[in-house]
Amino acid sequence: MDEHRLDGNATGGVLGEVFVFETTTAEGACDRCGTVAHVGQQMAYISDIGTVLRCASCDNALIRIVQNPRGYFLDLRGVRYLRFGR
Amino acid sequence: MAEIRRLPHRLEWRIGEVLETRHATPRTKSLLLDVPGWEGHKAGQHVDVRLTAEDGYQAQRSYSIASAPEEKSVELVVERLDDGEVSPYLTDELRTGDKLELRGPIGGWFAWEARDGGPLFLVAGGSGIAPLMAMIRHRAAAGSDAPCRLLYSSRSLEDTIFAGELDHLASSDGSLEVVHTLTRSQPPGWTGYARRIDDEMLAEVAPSNEQGPLTFVCGPTPLVESVATALVGLGHDAGRIKTERFGPTGG
Repeated sequence: MDEHRLDGNATGGVLGEVFVFETTTAEGACDRCGTVAHVGQQMAYISDIGTVLRCASCDNALIRIVQNPRGYFLDLRGVRYLRFGR
Repeated sequence: MAEIRRLPHRLEWRIGEVLETRHATPRTKSLLLDVPGWEGHKAGQHVDVRLTAEDGYQAQRSYSIASAPEEKSVELVVERLDDGEVSPYLTDELRTGDKLELRGPIGGWFAWEARDGGPLFLVAGGSGIAPLMAMIRHRAAAGSDAPCRLLYSSRSLEDTIFAGELDHLASSDGSLEVVHTLTRSQPPGWTGYARRIDDEMLAEVAPSNEQGPLTFVCGPTPLVESVATALVGLGHDAGRIKTERFGPTGG
């Protein structure tokens, strides 16, 4: 068991710096296995380097976000889409 | 226009002021904050707290909100971790009137509103009680009659956060049940559970699957994962189990 694993809910802060919509209730489809789930249900790994959101079903890296003095680097290759509720 | 909708906005850092600090247990403190312009929160949401050292070094941690949305101040529960970067400052140094940088409320996923109904099954380990306490307080303040059962694991009675308030709420509300388990030491005459939460305990305490409970589990990662796995093993719908892992420390 990886004790550093957190819920996707924990990415709400850093994603909230980039997105204007509530992100933890947004739904995303994993680009590898196709599973659709809320961001809050996925797995999060957070370190000083950055944050990775991983698919709770297949562990694929859905979203990577790194912050540094040059700005935010957002890698969304792991999600086919994100659907934000109204 | 009967309805005023707030435009979505990015999350920004803001300053809260400490109204009061209270010893919740010997190892945890409860911080009551006044956050100017606080737009309200949902029970279960959290805030990020950021500390900045004189040399500009910053450390940030997430803390669940323990107060109900109906309350004016924002209450956070902070467990002191001896090797933590943030919690020793919050528990030992912070005084009434101090300012604290935070942002929130964050996270609509691990949240409950009275209109979501029940029955609610809440499982807490240690300071994982915080967001569930917000739900219990909100449930009471909103006059919700959704049946609610809390299973709460603490090391000992003196380490049980909000013990008195939980007793009081449960004694005056027939549809709120609080079940404690004390894992390390128990007071004389203790007849309750005295071990870590396990499959057998969950089978005894969890509402039956047929009742379709909405379950929230919060605590250290190992506890959260074992509880969620056990509940699914008991036939509970994984889609109705929401989890909030604290990680190994929480900082």
